[in-house]
Amino acid sequence: MIYGLALLAFSFLMGQWAGEILGSILGIDANVGGVGFAMIILLLCKEWLTKRNLLESEMNFGINFWGKLYIPVVIAMAASLNVKSALSSGILAILAGVIPVILAFFAFKLLIENFKPRTDAGTI
Amino acid sequence: MQELFKVIDQNGLILAFLLIGLLYFVSDWLSRAIFKRRIPGSAIAIFGGLGLGYLGGLITNGNKGFADLELFKGVGFLGGSMFRDFTIVATAMGASFFLIKKSGWIGLASLITGTLVFFIAGVLIAWTFGYRDAVSLCTIGAGACTYIVGPVTGGALGASSEVIALSIATGVVKTIAVTVLTPIFAKRIGLDNPTAAIAYGGVMGTSSGVTAGLAATDPKLVPYGAVSATFYTGLGCLLCPSLFYLILELLTAS
Repeated sequence: MIYGLALLAFSFLMGQWAGEILGSILGIDANVGGVGFAMIILLLCKEWLTKRNLLESEMNFGINFWGKLYIPVVIAMAASLNVKSALSSGILAILAGVIPVILAFFAFKLLIENFKPRTDAGTI
Repeated sequence: MQELFKVIDQNGLILAFLLIGLLYFVSDWLSRAIFKRRIPGSAIAIFGGLGLGYLGGLITNGNKGFADLELFKGVGFLGGSMFRDFTIVATAMGASFFLIKKSGWIGLASLITGTLVFFIAGVLIAWTFGYRDAVSLCTIGAGACTYIVGPVTGGALGASSEVIALSIATGVVKTIAVTVLTPIFAKRIGLDNPTAAIAYGGVMGTSSGVTAGLAATDPKLVPYGAVSATFYTGLGCLLCPSLFYLILELLTAS
């Protein structure tokens, strides 16, 4: 189990590092895609281990446990957002926060309809 | 009683596990008993979390929601960026590298579409509210992208602290709006497969909002939405204070 957790920690740290490096190359003080890089590193490690039959179920458990903890973490995150000030800082913040989201739903719909011919195999 | 408070004070994170567990239990029960499973328990729990965040702000006037209550500071730690990012990465185990690779182009297209839609809409709304200078317009437009892009842009351009605060508030409202609206609209906009989730993450951008919204819609889609959303804030921080600002400056000067 600890091997899985360690693999996850390794991917996480490497990904965050890559994100920080990309951020400083671009000259911005932010982590660019750290989580994305970490996910891709973890996936590559998983493929590599599966091919060599080294991926034990115990290892999977060490990683899946954290994956399942994701929703509780999101609930805790929602509880620690500054909801009150967001809602009370005036109508401009609320409109500028909500209206673009509605527009983006339309943009999203247009986008996936245009990409459909190439993505028909996209089932889980 | 004093002993109990001492234990709680020293084990804030453990108390947070208990608290979130209880909240989930109640939400699951509500989902079954009242909504007949039409609204998933996780969605109700996330909404409940937002409610607690509001309550916390009401009681303490702080800026970390429920986590500002001394007894519940562990909630802030559990919901902080370290646990959030670590658990998102762990969800990648359930994703397919093949699908992510195949969806690279739509991911990129969605990132650009998303940044443009949010920035332009944000700027236009700020304009109708009377802002006319390029710096303020750009900062609020950046805030409409995410609550990190807003202050990063504002800081780079030297916007007033009032405008920066407004841009953060805008970004937080966006996160909440995406969280709440995703499960409601998911079916209608065709958000039911990994490719769509990658595009969705790129269009909406807010990592917290996208992943929370997808968690409430279908947890299998979370890693796909997260993998593209994680690039959004970086792209916004890159484009808003540079290219977008220059364009705005040209437009407002004329």
